[in-house]
Amino acid sequence: MKRIKSIKKLETILKENLEGKVSKAVYEKLREKLIKMYKEHGLYEEELQAIIDETIRRYDISQVEPGEPVGTVAAQSLGEPSTQMTLRTFHYAGVREFNITLGLPRLIEIVDARKKPSTAIMEIYLDDEHKYSEEKAKEIARKIETTTIENIAKEIIVNPFEGAIIVLDPEMLMDKGVTPETVIKVLEKLKLGKVYQDEEDPNTIRIDLKPEKADYTKIERIRVKISKAKVKGIKGINKVIIQKRGDEYILVAEGSNLAEVMKIPGVDYRRVYTNNIAEIEEVLGIEAARSAIIREVINVLEDQGLDVDVRHVMLLADMMTWTGKVKQVGRMGIAGEKTGVLARAAFEMTVQKLAEAAVSGEEDPLVGVTENVIVGQPVPVGTGIVEIYMTPYKPYGRGEEE
Amino acid sequence: MSKKQPNILEHELVPKHEILSPEEALEVLKELNIKPYQLPWISINDPVVKAIGARPGDIIRIIRKSPTAGETIAYRYVAVDTVKPKKKGA
Repeated sequence: MKRIKSIKKLETILKENLEGKVSKAVYEKLREKLIKMYKEHGLYEEELQAIIDETIRRYDISQVEPGEPVGTVAAQSLGEPSTQMTLRTFHYAGVREFNITLGLPRLIEIVDARKKPSTAIMEIYLDDEHKYSEEKAKEIARKIETTTIENIAKEIIVNPFEGAIIVLDPEMLMDKGVTPETVIKVLEKLKLGKVYQDEEDPNTIRIDLKPEKADYTKIERIRVKISKAKVKGIKGINKVIIQKRGDEYILVAEGSNLAEVMKIPGVDYRRVYTNNIAEIEEVLGIEAARSAIIREVINVLEDQGLDVDVRHVMLLADMMTWTGKVKQVGRMGIAGEKTGVLARAAFEMTVQKLAEAAVSGEEDPLVGVTENVIVGQPVPVGTGIVEIYMTPYKPYGRGEEE
Repeated sequence: MSKKQPNILEHELVPKHEILSPEEALEVLKELNIKPYQLPWISINDPVVKAIGARPGDIIRIIRKSPTAGETIAYRYVAVDTVKPKKKGA
């Protein structure tokens, strides 16, 4: 028995015998543990070798075997817990500041690859300069949050005789950091007529409507146009709340506009997050969308107290992003792109799918699981995946005989 | 208002992407015993592909952070979109 003399020696043995044979996470964990053990008790070379061999053996056993129906297992592992979610879903609504879609409806949304989630939420992290002060966080929140005339006006009166009168609320102006001058600039862009400040009250703005606009039939439309005019902020973001997480302030926004928010100075664009997966795909690419799908699904499941292995979710995300675009798990996506006619027909719209296939003269090579279940053959799963490929003997009298 | 275009490659959701040299690509295909199209794809219009300047037919190595394995390596094949993306009326 040979005692290992130094940690360095231990590391070299480990590196030579284990690296590349197991995953990085396992390697690092084992290394840590061994160093701790070494410091406490010391180790013999033979012991170390035995530990390494056992680790490799266990690692190999834990891996998925060829033919294992990982897709079916993943589907069931996600499907069964989701049946338990339904009943508990509704009670969560309204508890938080925002009404976030949770539970089964949200899971369906993700899996269907909807272009817009029913409740879009952004998490905006701030850079070092802004994240420790509530004041500075508020400054950025103001820049991001959409402010319309409606938000800062006490009164909006429009009639054909006097034109439009907008009475601004000084408190709201302070809160949102807007001056009457900026409001005037915004209103001028609407091209309704001459815009000017009232002589007596600086917070009252008047618009002399152009003669062709001063018409009873158009008044209401003009009023809406004025009240919805955007004074500042980013399109699509309606409400921003400042939250404290740990020792930093972050902004949580209702609505989502990833591309624009990332450009705002003071925002830590490396960590900006939205729950709109389609937007992530567009701005950050397919791999980011994959990570986002995993993150969102795990969030939903954890929120409901369900414990599903990440690997199942990873497989789901891999399948959804296989073609380089986020595809839904359904008739228009993964299930609709299966190679076999019978497999597609077995999923949804059986008659249509069969008719379509018949019209275009498709053949089914019976390679998938579903097709083989339908025709009653052994399915290519597990031990059934093995086939014999045989090269028959060459005919007698020719070839290799002497 | 905006100073510079943020670098999307630095975003925490984006794993590291590397373009493989033709020799490396061949080695990968040989080891996996597959044709390029059998790899997962990545669109030529993907923002990351544009950022690293990959071209159709390239194979990209993606080094992902994985909660189970620490780090995993995946490959994607740069493919041309068959369906043109719909132009949004900005």
